Amino acid sequence: MAIRSFFIPFLLFVLCFCSSLSPVLSLYEDQVGLMDWHQQYIGKVKQAVFSTQKTGRRRVIVSTEENVIASLDLRHGEIFWRHLLGSNDVINGIDIGLGKYVITLSSGGSILRSWNLPDGQMVWESFLQGPKHSKSLLLVPTNLKIEKDNVIVVFSNGRLHAVSCIDGEVLWKKDFEAESFEAQQVIQPSGSDLIYVVGFSASSQFKMYQINARNGELLKHESATFSSGFLREVSLVSSEMVVALDSTGSILLAISFQNGEISFQETPISNLVEDSSGPAVIIPLSVPGIFVIKTNSVTIFIKVIGKGKFEVVEKTNHETAVSNALPISEGQQAFALVQHAGSEIHLAVKLAHDWDDNLLKESIKMDQQRGIPHKVFINNYIRTDRSHGFRLLIVMEDHSLLLLQQGAVVWSREDGLASIIDVTASELPLERDGVSVAKVEHNLFEWLKGHMLKLKGTLMLASPKDVAAIQSMRIKSSEKSKMTRDHNGFRKLLIVLTRAGKLFALHTGDGRVVWSHLLHKSEACQSPIGLNLYQWQVPHHHALDENPSVLVISRCGPSSDAPGVLSFVDTYTGKELNSLSLIHAVVQVIPLPYTDSTEQRLHLLVDSDKHAHLYPKTSEALSIFKHEFSNIYWYSVEDHNGIIKGHALKCMCIGEVVDEFCFDTRDLWSVVFPSESEKIIATVPRKLNEVVHTQAKVIADQDVMYKYISRNILFVATVAPKCSGGIGSVTPEESWLVAYLIDTVTGRILHRVTHHGARGPVHAVFSENWVVYHYFNLRAHRYEMSVIEIYDQSRADNKDVWKLVFGKHNLTSPISLFSRPEVITKSQSYFFTHSVKAIAVTSTAKGITSEQLLIGTIGDQVLALDKRFLDPRRSVNPTQAEKEEGIIPLTDSLPIIPQSYITHALRVEGLRGIITVPAKLESTTLVFAHGVDLFFTQLAPSRTYDSLTEDFSYALLLITIVALVAAIIVTWRLSERKELQDKWR
Amino acid sequence: MKSVKVIVPFLLALSLLSFSSFGFQSDELLVDDEEFGLEGSPQHRSSEPVLTRSQPVTRKRHSDLDSDSKIQFSLDHAFGDSDFSPAGTFSARLKTWSHGGQTLTKLRFSRNSFTDENKEKFKNLLKSDDFYRIRLPSKALSPPGRDFVISSVKARCLLREGLDEHFVIHMEGVNVLAVNYGSPGSCPYPRNLKFPAKWSFNSHTVLKNSEQAPRAPVFTEEILGDENAEGEVVQPPERPFWAKYWMYLIPLGLIVMNAVTQAMNMPEEQASGQAPAQGQPSAGAVQRGPSSAARRR
Repeated sequence: MAIRSFFIPFLLFVLCFCSSLSPVLSLYEDQVGLMDWHQQYIGKVKQAVFSTQKTGRRRVIVSTEENVIASLDLRHGEIFWRHLLGSNDVINGIDIGLGKYVITLSSGGSILRSWNLPDGQMVWESFLQGPKHSKSLLLVPTNLKIEKDNVIVVFSNGRLHAVSCIDGEVLWKKDFEAESFEAQQVIQPSGSDLIYVVGFSASSQFKMYQINARNGELLKHESATFSSGFLREVSLVSSEMVVALDSTGSILLAISFQNGEISFQETPISNLVEDSSGPAVIIPLSVPGIFVIKTNSVTIFIKVIGKGKFEVVEKTNHETAVSNALPISEGQQAFALVQHAGSEIHLAVKLAHDWDDNLLKESIKMDQQRGIPHKVFINNYIRTDRSHGFRLLIVMEDHSLLLLQQGAVVWSREDGLASIIDVTASELPLERDGVSVAKVEHNLFEWLKGHMLKLKGTLMLASPKDVAAIQSMRIKSSEKSKMTRDHNGFRKLLIVLTRAGKLFALHTGDGRVVWSHLLHKSEACQSPIGLNLYQWQVPHHHALDENPSVLVISRCGPSSDAPGVLSFVDTYTGKELNSLSLIHAVVQVIPLPYTDSTEQRLHLLVDSDKHAHLYPKTSEALSIFKHEFSNIYWYSVEDHNGIIKGHALKCMCIGEVVDEFCFDTRDLWSVVFPSESEKIIATVPRKLNEVVHTQAKVIADQDVMYKYISRNILFVATVAPKCSGGIGSVTPEESWLVAYLIDTVTGRILHRVTHHGARGPVHAVFSENWVVYHYFNLRAHRYEMSVIEIYDQSRADNKDVWKLVFGKHNLTSPISLFSRPEVITKSQSYFFTHSVKAIAVTSTAKGITSEQLLIGTIGDQVLALDKRFLDPRRSVNPTQAEKEEGIIPLTDSLPIIPQSYITHALRVEGLRGIITVPAKLESTTLVFAHGVDLFFTQLAPSRTYDSLTEDFSYALLLITIVALVAAIIVTWRLSERKELQDKWR
Repeated sequence: MKSVKVIVPFLLALSLLSFSSFGFQSDELLVDDEEFGLEGSPQHRSSEPVLTRSQPVTRKRHSDLDSDSKIQFSLDHAFGDSDFSPAGTFSARLKTWSHGGQTLTKLRFSRNSFTDENKEKFKNLLKSDDFYRIRLPSKALSPPGRDFVISSVKARCLLREGLDEHFVIHMEGVNVLAVNYGSPGSCPYPRNLKFPAKWSFNSHTVLKNSEQAPRAPVFTEEILGDENAEGEVVQPPERPFWAKYWMYLIPLGLIVMNAVTQAMNMPEEQASGQAPAQGQPSAGAVQRGPSSAARRR
């Protein structure tokens, strides 16, 4: 009795505790991969080294422009291992030492690392310092040894280092004191103990240093002057000769430094090529006896015959990529060249000393959307018939990586997807009657087998093998990767624009590339640089027959006032519908909230002369636009001089040519941040397509607060200019962060708050009436997150029910931003453990579902944090009413619940952005995180309250119904019988 | 902690006073003063909050050290896209704080009355529902500074009886960060055309400095440093004793009750069966009691 009475409260307590645990959003192990997918990329390959000597797995080590070092399987192109170095740790060179170490030189030549080839573990790391900044060169000689140590020769920061390959110890170093000496090549003739360092000094001097490889002793130092100077690139044609161009790019110079004597041989290019036009550039290569120059679009291969005599062996107009030389046998070196010709690419592998003979000549059909070959790397193998075979690794214009062997593409990787710059989502086509579902279940037997397996699974009879089969079946479910729209809006196309200027359409079901499109090149624009992606046409309602399309804004050249190019791409097919080469630049694009009768969205493009251009250029669009002419406002941020300006339209452009789609603009307002105390580091507007469900918020004591919901609010964060330095550059006293909320129509500062002792970087997200921002607090030595919520006071007196009943309220009156706003703000700050790479917020179709913040952490994961944790009304001891409303007691830091990582065990390496797209189902939002890797998942911030979950037991429901029906029948029978018996009595 | 914060500047000010009375002034001290002042209070740039926090002390200070001077800067206006022309002057007192910061106080505004030409232009603005624009120099001390801060409003929004205007000038030290210009009240959207009854401006001006952000709550520090905060944390023990230990108390009570009832039963039985044994003190006798009673039955 006594014991029981003790236990009951205890049990109750335990039960209460369990039920009060907040519902954690996490996956079960077998749900991984059902709704999410993860893809790994490496980026555009800069350098590749093959490792095929040993009998083990054939692999290629690559370094990329995304600062990735990766080891790829040569058979399938899969990643064995991969390391992402930081963005300030750019890789300068890679090589393989001793056949088992990958040597990388990075960070401007100051960090040398060695990685274990099979598994990618770091073996050692050395910091190489030097007197000045210079070009970094890495040389791993195969047969240079100092006391049994294999040596790596590194030229970096104006110093030559010899580093032991075993432990990374610096064996000797040699400074190059000459002020302006710029090393171009470090040469180690095989079989000798000499190292030559050649380079230029003072633009017209060629210098050669001969160094003893054993101890770093300077043996010889020669210099010679060439009066008209050099272009910086050189091509090494033999171990004792380099070829360079003079500063005008019209004279070829053969510089030989045999036996320490420097001699020049001049050859004007016009002597070699009659119709050469324009200055030439030399392509830095090391193929013995051959070098390549390029004038305009002509690539010229020149052979060195004898001493300083040149001979043109080939001229070609095709885009050509040439590999470095590869020693294949004693005294023989081969190199590869890849030419792009129409829909094919021509490969040729030649011996360095024999131009006319091809070891290999093949043509391969190539997808037009891959563009031209940019780089080629060659590797050889011994065929079954003991002859030499070659495999080529090609980097294409769209940054994809292909391995070619025996005239076929063995594998290809879409590594352009590692550098996504913009993302938008598009619907899939509607399911027409023609698309039959029968195709999905092609085989009755398969279908039966599948259902048998599922049944086994539910009855817990499945063996581990069956479980795996069920799992793979669930993941590969054809339902989610269909090419049609689904009822819940889970299936969509993600249209992404990559840095290479290629558009990809990814299916949200399984992440496969549905189509890809390389931006169209025209006569006017040879290399368009993709900038942004906008939804051009989103058909619904009355234009359902049209296909949706996106607008790609690109720029023709690197400078910001280069003319723009507009491309319109159909999102169903990936066909380019139209392409416009503009005469003006595109500085700012303003998607207007108006569409014409074909659902084309009106866009205003602002050029560098502050003229606004309306697109599409149709009279219908113009008439819509004229109607809203005086209601169009926008802002521009000049963050270099700390000014934010507001603009409006003025009148038609005044110019010689009448252009009725061009408008002059005027400045309406400006905010000038004092340059000595504030510097803009972040500006975040509200998302344009965000839906807010309710503008009122009922708080605990039955009171109502009205959210100040305006599309025209901009969050601006400024910091003290000193804070832009690295960590430790400022004391807390001289650093501050000011957060502003600015109305972008009138330029009103709605709220302004200073955080003393805080510094950037600032990441912020703005949604509904709140903004959350993340910064570093120098005083507390911790990261902090703050929330500002803004409420409208002018509507606050609409609380009287009778007022609402009799319509005496101002809730439906139009709001003019020219009225003086009566707003109040509430804010609160919390500590946060992680530094942050990106912040986003979930968005749902109707905005009813509560929001979650998606925080891209420094560990390249995405953390979902309930917005309730960032509620400025949190207090230490919330009242009972507040607790019922869902206010969490105030804590000084935000909790990080391990289960709320939506990326679960995966990492999105190099995370750059998080995009949320609402699904049609209100509870669900689609999340796409991109960096070097891609990750996609579905998220239900308040759980899927509006649909049954996948693991809902239909069988149980059915059994219950059947049992109930049976029970009804039985009891009915029984009661009837009883009635009868009663009557007989 | 808070009391310490107040005391530090107070002591400093005292020492300062004593120093000045001796006729010795160290230029170093000001710097020190600033740093010490910052130790406790995050206010650095906008000094007004400092004033409100520890008023008696700072007042003493700025009577000694702060210098005031008058400055003026002009307001320009423009009608629609016309050029800017002078429209009035702001005059303010420049306060130099002991720690080097400068702020403006006591802002006054005097507007030039509209000329006939201006009136005509303004009427045109009203007709075309165009913008009336104003600007201020971004540096009040040395106009125009880097650039002008501009603000504009639809001219029809200013109309009341006369012309009502409302300036909110956001300051950052002596720099004008932004000016928000508009009507003091609302400006309902379908802006109707009407003309002012009298051409005089009714101006309201507000100077605004930045607010301080609330600091993130540091619970652990408060427990260590502050008496008040500790009071809050100690609160849980103040819960009723019963609420806290009920789960122990109930079983204890039950045990006690059990024991009591048993004990009650015993004497009863003893009383009914063996009345004379009442006075027996030994425990052994009590234990033997019931059995002997049972035997007797």
